[in-house]
Amino acid sequence: MDSNREELLKQLSALDFTIIELNLFLNTHPRDRNALMKYNTAVEQAKMLRMEYERRYGPLTAYYSTSSYPWQWICNPWPWHYSFNFRLAGEEC
Amino acid sequence: MWIYEKKLEYPVKIRTPNPKMAKVIITQYGGPDGELAASLRYLSQRFSMVTPEARATLNDIGTEELAHLEMIGTMVYQLVKGASIEDIKAAGLDPYYADHDRGVYPISAAGNPFTAAYIQSKGNPIVDLYENMAAEQKARATYEWLINLADDPDVLDPLKFLREREVVHFQRFGEALRIVQDYLDSRRQFVIPKPKDTE
Repeated sequence: MDSNREELLKQLSALDFTIIELNLFLNTHPRDRNALMKYNTAVEQAKMLRMEYERRYGPLTAYYSTSSYPWQWICNPWPWHYSFNFRLAGEEC
Repeated sequence: MWIYEKKLEYPVKIRTPNPKMAKVIITQYGGPDGELAASLRYLSQRFSMVTPEARATLNDIGTEELAHLEMIGTMVYQLVKGASIEDIKAAGLDPYYADHDRGVYPISAAGNPFTAAYIQSKGNPIVDLYENMAAEQKARATYEWLINLADDPDVLDPLKFLREREVVHFQRFGEALRIVQDYLDSRRQFVIPKPKDTE
């Protein structure tokens, strides 16, 4: 995986994790305006980052992502491959 | 990773409680050919699967099975929600009630708690895909026996949808098996890179 991809994925994962944390917090604190604002901001940021990642490196979901031809979803690497984290990505596809 | 979507894959709205039906439908929640077993089976097998096509097939069908688990859980919930103690006793659901009240718990129709012994993940792509094709057929058969036992259209409708999905999954696993067989049969060439100084 090239370093740009790794960096972008890291940023997106961090944002997605922020969303999960705020989601769980808000479930038990639904009236916390500050947390809600942070949540909404993170969701918007993640949306943009996700679009950027998918434009460059292909679909993250087989539900909300469009694909170029041929169907890109099945392409390696998958998250459990070494190549998802290191170089040599895509060679198994 | 997974993200939950707050909707069912196919709607479930059962207006008449029927604990007798809940007692048998629960087998597709936590029984031997149920949706929980299916999901765990495919999502576990995908790590050692070969070919992009078969790997994605396991990942995505394993994911869809979780949506089916939710549908079955919804059906069980709605079938027991308004049922009286008398109805529950008459349906023979009182042993379940003693342990779980009207909660949804993964057991088979005969009351056996869910076990990972229902599934296999063998580390061999051919073995796993055959297992999955058999599993889809067993689940299809189970849905047909449940359809035989049901008479309420509110119950029959989602059961028929779920039965159809087993047929489609069987087809996709069959295609994946063929792709994997072709891949494993293909001749492979191992190339030793030329040393730089001979270029």
